[in-house]
Amino acid sequence: MPKRPISANATALRDETMLRHVRQLGSARDGLSEWRLQRLTAVALIPLVVWFAVSLIMMSGADYLIVRAWVGSPVVMVLLTLTIVIGLHHGQLGLQVVIEDYVHGDGWKLALIVLVRFTAVFFGLAAIVAILRIGFGG
Amino acid sequence: MARPLNRPLSPFMFPVWYRFQITSSLSILHRLTGIGLAVGSILLAWWLISVAAGGEWFEATHAFLVSPIGMTLLFLWSVAFFYHLCNGIRHLAWDAGYGFELRSAYRSGYAVLAMTALLTVLTWLYVFLA
Repeated sequence: MPKRPISANATALRDETMLRHVRQLGSARDGLSEWRLQRLTAVALIPLVVWFAVSLIMMSGADYLIVRAWVGSPVVMVLLTLTIVIGLHHGQLGLQVVIEDYVHGDGWKLALIVLVRFTAVFFGLAAIVAILRIGFGG
Repeated sequence: MARPLNRPLSPFMFPVWYRFQITSSLSILHRLTGIGLAVGSILLAWWLISVAAGGEWFEATHAFLVSPIGMTLLFLWSVAFFYHLCNGIRHLAWDAGYGFELRSAYRSGYAVLAMTALLTVLTWLYVFLA
């Protein structure tokens, strides 16, 4: 195991050129870019969820008007939207990997992956509309 | 293209041949907590919608959250959240090539469990005492 990480670009080049040509031993369809996105969203989520958790803990026991004012303030609107969009994307990618590993049968597999994606988009949009409505009134 | 082979998929080893260790148990726990958090994110969306709707909607959501079932769910989600966060950082370090030796993998595993317990206890102490 090397002490220092290998250059990301060299890894990318090797993966794109080698894995796509692998026969029998495995398939690299679009898995590689999804693997990277999973890590990218994970890194982005670390500061976002820490901020969100600390905010929620500090607000525990606060009344409705305080919570509403917090959600509707400009910085919170931006950070909350980011947290939800990136968080749902990360969750969707993670559930997809679990489904791919444990659901046997291509029909069920595809159906479940599509269902997870639709659900994530639906609740993500609903949450964003809620945030915008709180922030801009109506 | 070659025809796809019918290879056995992941869990086929589990019931008979596989001996659990902390490393694999933590890995499985990472997936389970991830699934739990994905379900919880729907409740988070629901909560935001109820804040936007206000009135009875918010009252009903709030009443559910402070009920015994709601509080149990919130507690489990807080454990899942801290575990998935700490263990996720551990996974990112592995992906970058650090800490993959067996000794460090075990050590970071126990550290993740300790941090999860500590952060969960601190969170709920603050919620109930402050």
